[in-house]
Amino acid sequence: MALEKITQVRGKGVYVAGNEIDTDRIIPARFMKCVTFNGLGEYLFYDVRKNEDGSDKEHPLNDSRFSDATILLSGENFGCGSSREHAPQALYRYGFRGIVAESYAEIFFGNCTTLGIPCFCATKEDIRTMAAAIEADPSLEITLDVENERIRFGDQNLTAVVRESARMALSGGKWDMIGELAEGESEIAKVVAGLPYMAP
Amino acid sequence: MSQSLFGKVWDAHAVKTLSNGQTQLLIGTHLIHEVTSPQAFGMLRDLNLKVAYPHRTFATVDHIVPTDQRQEPFADPLADAMIRELRRNCEETGVTFFDLPSGKQGIVHVVGPEQGITQPGTTIACGDSHTSTHGAFGAIAFGIGTTQIRDLLATQTMALAKLKVRRINVNGELHPGVYAKDVILHIIQKLGVKGGTGFAYEYGGSVFDNFSMEERMTVCNMSIEGGARVGYVNPDEKTFEYLKGRPYSPSGDEWDAAVKRWRSFASDPDCEYDDVVEFDGANIAPTVTWGINPEQAISVVESVPTVEGSAEKEKALVAEALEYMKLPAGAPIKGTKVDICFIGSCTNGRLSDFEEVAKYLEGQKVAEGIKAIAVPGSQVVDLICREKGLHTVFENAGFEWRGAGCSMCLAMNPDKLIGDQLSASSSNRNFKGRQGSPTGRTVLMSPVMVAAAAIKGEIADAREVFGVGELANV
Ligand code: SF4
Repeated sequence: MALEKITQVRGKGVYVAGNEIDTDRIIPARFMKCVTFNGLGEYLFYDVRKNEDGSDKEHPLNDSRFSDATILLSGENFGCGSSREHAPQALYRYGFRGIVAESYAEIFFGNCTTLGIPCFCATKEDIRTMAAAIEADPSLEITLDVENERIRFGDQNLTAVVRESARMALSGGKWDMIGELAEGESEIAKVVAGLPYMAP
Repeated sequence: MSQSLFGKVWDAHAVKTLSNGQTQLLIGTHLIHEVTSPQAFGMLRDLNLKVAYPHRTFATVDHIVPTDQRQEPFADPLADAMIRELRRNCEETGVTFFDLPSGKQGIVHVVGPEQGITQPGTTIACGDSHTSTHGAFGAIAFGIGTTQIRDLLATQTMALAKLKVRRINVNGELHPGVYAKDVILHIIQKLGVKGGTGFAYEYGGSVFDNFSMEERMTVCNMSIEGGARVGYVNPDEKTFEYLKGRPYSPSGDEWDAAVKRWRSFASDPDCEYDDVVEFDGANIAPTVTWGINPEQAISVVESVPTVEGSAEKEKALVAEALEYMKLPAGAPIKGTKVDICFIGSCTNGRLSDFEEVAKYLEGQKVAEGIKAIAVPGSQVVDLICREKGLHTVFENAGFEWRGAGCSMCLAMNPDKLIGDQLSASSSNRNFKGRQGSPTGRTVLMSPVMVAAAAIKGEIADAREVFGVGELANV
């Protein structure tokens, strides 16, 4: 299974301000009642984007200036809460291909990497700088350079961190592990044989 | 070299080092439910892959099942589609399914231990963040995403980076009226919702030695709320006693060999941890949350914080929480009116939870206008409660006694808050919108504290309401 090598992500950005944005906020639990992930993008951030009557609230994702953004900016501990992969899936299906935040919840970070979404950690100041640049020019092209851990836009060239394991997986085209895992069939069987509770 | 349980279990299950530096880890026990598994089975079909070890995956249905009208088809067509999809997937692949008619259905983290599937020295994963619950038995149990469920179905392994281990000691004595729920809320309040990121939490000390298995499960369950993906307690005699005679526990000659093996996984006394944190059990009070994450917790005798009085970096979140919760800053949390009282969930929906509450409910009445529901964590818990007559105690007090499931913990079934109702809840998450209404409010607490809130119609100190123990002023 050959996968794309994700060395950089290019696109427009949108800033969803706030710390501790949890997966319930990203995709409310009631939209998880699905048997496939298709169509989840529609419900991204639903409760903060829509009023109870379905009309739009004020939210960056409802702002037409940012409608084709593919890079999401946020604050601390992004994606905390439930481990549901519906949240990264909703982000992916909405069209996001990269995230920049101060920090991430563990499971969310792993789930994003497996979908091929690089998660960059940047400082609060740098995120503010990016947000201000996007606000000034929503069509600004941002480059998330995974390999070199840089974020470039306009004349800016910022340092950001992509955890080493994720960086290697993304840039090496191994972000979805299924191929490599399946190769180890006989090694797996050996470990299984040594564990009494695995006996049929 | 002396090692922690985490290290020993990891080594026993490591298959190889992958190209990205992570470890390919064998997951001996895979638990699935209806919400996160159907997409994984779909991916498996798309890739034309088979389930490699179907006898090591166990399924139950919990999140979407109604707790009152349980006959199928369910009123909600989507819920109905999910249970039928899980049934089909299990039938096609040979996975064991504790389906509704089995008498063994329930919340996945209640069913695993109760069936004896959860065992010491094993690796467990489930597409659910509260999988850490199973660590109470000295298992290493991970919450995973749907893609990893697919990986497990296809290979019984997944790719993981090794965690560091933080030992959390709680020594001393808990005051009467202080429960396992208070212990974990206290730990999270002190170490923060991010404190455990990158760590497995190993819980120990005299408080944990004295805890029952169900109390240990309550604490391990909420490890993830403290940011730790894994939480565990070393196996001891209580662990073995709990497991003896359970349907999936080893029996006959195999039992003694299994216990010997299980014992060998416990952390070596001189092992080095990446971090050690100490708590004094005597400093823990009945604890309630006041905000929108589990770290925003206080003792029931304390007041809701003010923005001005909060640390600089907390201010924005405190303001956001106060506004959402509609609580007056600086006012005592005690006396806050509640609308709904919920006892259940994988944190506190086990037999001992209902037994403990029933002790105090006798002769009491739920306050006028309060909706109080008790939802057993599994059909087995339900049955035992009925055999013991506990459900009558709840019903006589004015609680509705429901069928087993997740229910109002996250309200994917018909049990939901309406508008900005405030719920006193024995569950584990107080995030915005968690209990089914985008403006619904959740206050987390122990089951006995929920019962006290139900009786008073407001957040109350169960020690006062029920005259439990001396009123230690902590
Ligand atoms: S009871 Fe709540 S936390 Fe536990 S598995 Fe169900 S929804 Fe998740």
